[in-house]
Amino acid sequence: MFCKLAAIGLAAAAFSVFAAPASAQATLDAVKKRGKVLCGVSPTAPGFSYADDKGVRQGFDSDICRAVSSAVFGAPDKVDFVPLNTNVRFQGLQSGEVDLLSRQTTMTFSRDTSLGLDFAPVVFYDGQGLMVSSKLGVKSAAELSQSAVCILPGTTTLQNLEDYFKPRNIKYEAVVFENPDEWRNAFFSGRCDVITTDRSDLASVRAIANDPKQYVILPETISKEPLAPVVRQNDSNWRDIVSWTVNALIAAEEYGITKANVDEQLKSKDPEIQRLLGVNGDLGKMLNLDNKWAYNAIKQHGNYGELFERHLGEKTPLGLSRGPNQLWNKGGLIYSPPFR
Amino acid sequence: MASPASSPLRLIYDVRVRAVLYQVVAVVLVVGIGLYLFGTVSRKLAEQNIATGFAYLSRPAGFVISQSFISYESSDTYGRAILVGLLNTVWVSVFAVILSTVLGLIVGIARLSRNPLLSFLALIYVEALRNVPLLLYLFLWYALIVAVFPPVREAWQILPDVFLSNGGLIVPSLRWSAAHTGVLASVVVGIVLAFVVASIMRSHRVVSGHARAAWPFVLLALFAPPLIGLLLFQPDLVVNWPEKGRFRITGGLQVTPEFTALLVGLGLSASAGIAEIVRAGILAVGRGQWEAARAVGLHDRQTMRLVVLPQALRVIVPPLTSSYLSTFKNSSLAIAIGYPDLVMVSNTTMNQTGQAIEGIAIFMLVYLGLSITISLLMNWYNARVALVER
Repeated sequence: MFCKLAAIGLAAAAFSVFAAPASAQATLDAVKKRGKVLCGVSPTAPGFSYADDKGVRQGFDSDICRAVSSAVFGAPDKVDFVPLNTNVRFQGLQSGEVDLLSRQTTMTFSRDTSLGLDFAPVVFYDGQGLMVSSKLGVKSAAELSQSAVCILPGTTTLQNLEDYFKPRNIKYEAVVFENPDEWRNAFFSGRCDVITTDRSDLASVRAIANDPKQYVILPETISKEPLAPVVRQNDSNWRDIVSWTVNALIAAEEYGITKANVDEQLKSKDPEIQRLLGVNGDLGKMLNLDNKWAYNAIKQHGNYGELFERHLGEKTPLGLSRGPNQLWNKGGLIYSPPFR
Repeated sequence: MASPASSPLRLIYDVRVRAVLYQVVAVVLVVGIGLYLFGTVSRKLAEQNIATGFAYLSRPAGFVISQSFISYESSDTYGRAILVGLLNTVWVSVFAVILSTVLGLIVGIARLSRNPLLSFLALIYVEALRNVPLLLYLFLWYALIVAVFPPVREAWQILPDVFLSNGGLIVPSLRWSAAHTGVLASVVVGIVLAFVVASIMRSHRVVSGHARAAWPFVLLALFAPPLIGLLLFQPDLVVNWPEKGRFRITGGLQVTPEFTALLVGLGLSASAGIAEIVRAGILAVGRGQWEAARAVGLHDRQTMRLVVLPQALRVIVPPLTSSYLSTFKNSSLAIAIGYPDLVMVSNTTMNQTGQAIEGIAIFMLVYLGLSITISLLMNWYNARVALVER
């Protein structure tokens, strides 16, 4: 009897110890020791993170994780993907279940300050939009008074909608679904007049409708949703690795370095390209990585623009235009600090 | 017994002392593990700069809730939003419990029917509902409601000003005020009073042996308080007519499809279990009781009401309690089909604030509190119907 109790007690105590690395600066060591990056992603988000018919994770967010794997290990596939829903994503990162969250997460003040997290650079500038059936003849969000809106919980969506409608005195019925399938079906069947989420997500909802032409995304963008990878606070080295891997992909597009020509670019006379690709200088060493870190990421996955076109662009089912996610010198917001 | 000269070590061989010792060790272990977990979590959260505590409950929530029994605006606090969710949970659960009890009683008695078709149908009903997970049924009922009924713009008008669509059932309603609440309270008082009068008359009849017509007194007790309430409060009778708008029908009282699907799902699934409980209870009453009741000249309905059911209740009430508890806890599946219950509101809160541990703690406290309340009520009732040994 007594022994049993003691055993149960010990087992509970053993389970209670968090798996998180105890001290700061330890994530890279833990990753190298494990031989894998643990990456938290969306369970199913067309274009961003989903399992293809062979069960392999595909998508823009998943490839960001793979780029980090390339930078750390020089190999694109040393990643274990952990699907996390919106409710548990931050706990998963805080407790050390994943090293990195790359799952359409909006950078906000309160998340950055009170959750023990740090954000890497923005990889996708999104904004919440509204989609309606074109039969309604609605031209603008201002006409939506007394409508019913289908919403997914767990993000800032519900609050944004209220922040937008309240000052404009628009009354509405919010129907909140935990399950994305139910949420889409309720909208398609006419239970709601409006469906709202980030614009990129609306495009994927429309892509799976029976007749995508039946639906229009209204022109208003009612919130700013800068989506960025997230890491734990107090580990500067790991944060630098994730941040500069993203920056390297952006810089590569800016300098015209692609998956196809990266080997030729090794011969480039441009000192910045030489530093980026590890021909000169010790940028990799400063991150405690190999000097070929950025070369490997670009060689194995392509630059930022290639990632975008492969998963989200005009030729994919999502059919998103670059919009604000165009480079800064082409009228967009995507910008990398210099590599020097 | 140990002799006075024995050493304290001998105490360990005393059964009673050992029993107490085990209890003490168990309590110390549980408390110790609890403190250890609490300490670890607190330390880790502090290390990771994660804000803790329940202070966030007084911050404005900033989101709307589609159904609320108390006034709620998005500018109200998180605490109030969670209270709204809790009331919605209680609301749907209470109706589901009533529905499941009525259905369960009918189906349970039908299972025992001598009519083979009726008892076979009841068997099919019970097996179909008991052997499929509730969540799948919720999806099914919701999908049926949303697919079968037309969109709001083509709503069926089943009666003048009563609309039915996949946006819900909409009926004209009274514009509610405090006066209406007063009248409603007086109606409740009337019902309680009627029950009290009826039971006094019944015990009087049992003691005196004179059967006197009780119904005039009962009716008086039932209708006097509401009449006094009406005269006292004088509510305005302003009818709130439904009106077709561009998207939705506004005004009137709305029963949402989410509520309906959840009520039907919870009620039907629980009723199957209750049907079996009722059947077991009735079968537990010996055949001799039926025969004895017939021998003293009671007919079938009287036998069921006066002899069999009171004895069956002793068997029925304890498992009924756990069925009610399950119904309350299963209502948390509401989130899957968009009914704004406690879980939905708390999930949104946890996401906006990131205070997951506190959110889960609130869940645990609330569901524990509800469960204990139901248990206490049912145990009190059980004590009343239990076998009284004389």
